[in-house]
Amino acid sequence: MPAAEDGGGSESLPRTAVDATEVGRIFREEFGRSVATLIRVFGDIDLAEDAVQDAFTVALDRWPRHGLPPNPGGWITTTARNTAIDRLRRSKRERELLGDAATVVTGSLYPVPPEDVGPVDDDRLRLIFTCCHPALASDAQIALTLRLLGGLSTGEVGRAFLVPEARMAKRLTRAKHKIRAARVPYRIPDDHELPDRLPPVLAVVYLIYNAGLDGRGASGLCGEAIRLARLLITLMPDEAEVTGLLALLLLIEARRSTRTAPSGSPVVLAEQDRSRWDRVQIEQGQALGRACLRRDRPGPYQLQAAIQAVHSDAATFEVTDWRQIVALYDQLLALAPTPVIALNRAIAVGEVEGPASALELVQTLEPELDAYHAFHAARADLLWRLGRSGEAAAAFKRAAALAPTAAEREFLRRGGRGRSAQ
Amino acid sequence: MPHYMLAAHSREGEAGQTMTDEDQQSAWERVSEVEAELKSAGAWVFSARLHDAGTATVVRVANGEVLMTDGPFAESKDHLAGFYLIEAPDLDAALAWGAKVTEAVGHPIEVRPFAGVAWEPGAGG
Repeated sequence: MPAAEDGGGSESLPRTAVDATEVGRIFREEFGRSVATLIRVFGDIDLAEDAVQDAFTVALDRWPRHGLPPNPGGWITTTARNTAIDRLRRSKRERELLGDAATVVTGSLYPVPPEDVGPVDDDRLRLIFTCCHPALASDAQIALTLRLLGGLSTGEVGRAFLVPEARMAKRLTRAKHKIRAARVPYRIPDDHELPDRLPPVLAVVYLIYNAGLDGRGASGLCGEAIRLARLLITLMPDEAEVTGLLALLLLIEARRSTRTAPSGSPVVLAEQDRSRWDRVQIEQGQALGRACLRRDRPGPYQLQAAIQAVHSDAATFEVTDWRQIVALYDQLLALAPTPVIALNRAIAVGEVEGPASALELVQTLEPELDAYHAFHAARADLLWRLGRSGEAAAAFKRAAALAPTAAEREFLRRGGRGRSAQ
Repeated sequence: MPHYMLAAHSREGEAGQTMTDEDQQSAWERVSEVEAELKSAGAWVFSARLHDAGTATVVRVANGEVLMTDGPFAESKDHLAGFYLIEAPDLDAALAWGAKVTEAVGHPIEVRPFAGVAWEPGAGG
């Protein structure tokens, strides 16, 4: 299998020595870019994936012996492209040998444009919009994004979501089959389509982050989501909501280590050790938040980031600017009138006007949120603060029964916060 | 150019009952408009409407004998009521037509790619 030229005459140049781990790291970094380019060139996701994987095998063999090529990303893409052409020739030759020469490779497979296979950022933008196409189910969008853009192996994606590798492989195969059969286009949406097409992309990254945060997935998903959000900013620097998403993730990430006690039990905001919040991430998140709010195109992610920024600013829970938070929730609710946002707003109102007002607001959400553990937990907390301990205990019990993870169930069974069960 | 089916399903007992003559008339007008648009855009191939599922008969072979049963194949409340066969360059274009049709008829539209379309026997499609 032909590898890329290592750069004419560069044999004499000093090369950086690399070990297998470093090759793996570079590959993870470059995988999405190379796969995205090869999909555009060959019009075939599987072929692109396999060819880039083959290039990885070649790199594992060559790089530790010969050193890193001057442009590793370009080397991978070129090597993978050559491999893909080889594979296509082989399968064409096989068909000819089998007397099936009439079979014509259709679509964008031939002729292979020999020009520009260099890194083109736009290809990754095409890829993300294809992976997150609204015609694909959310779990398929997430799996495709982590596999193709994030460069995780099928097994890694499966493990991250506690799904057996075989089932994850099936999910990916089904999604890729639909993309091929239904012709999900490989293109960047026009500006007028973005209001419909951007939200699923942002939602995929946010869902990946939250799966890592709440224990439904591996904690490594948090870092993966932040990496994807950074990539989205590179690809779409003018979209305020993209910047808002990264700001939001960084501000939540800054507090992640204080959200859980060593025992694994959740720690509520009021009881978190604020001295352990990551100031660097908070500063980054706040700077990004300010930058996008200046564009005056507020959206749900920017507003949520702004709410998190207010929390990050407060030295203690008590001195939090709750009025500002309620005002931000009012704006958020106007843009995204969902019952979960209404619940969070009600909780913030409780800190301004007291638990009685909040409980009144929370009660109105019961028809929509009766199956949501956080609704019952919020209700329980307000009832407890109002001295209605019997009702609070019942509500905590209900919250515990609905909570998604064992740690949360245990925490709610004990009555939330540090207090003991009623 | 790929072909897609834009399929409309009807729910048993719901067919047109809630519609007044006037509603039906304006629905027809909206549908005709979309059809004209499909035609002038070169996306139109053909359309078909089916009688209600109660008119269907299923034929099958069991123990070497051909058996007939009254009624549709799928034991479901929802049945294919009609469809358009359209040509579209990709799924986005097909979905855009699907959106226009659903807005006109007020029913969900299933957009599904054809694996093959044959105009002659054995052409393979």
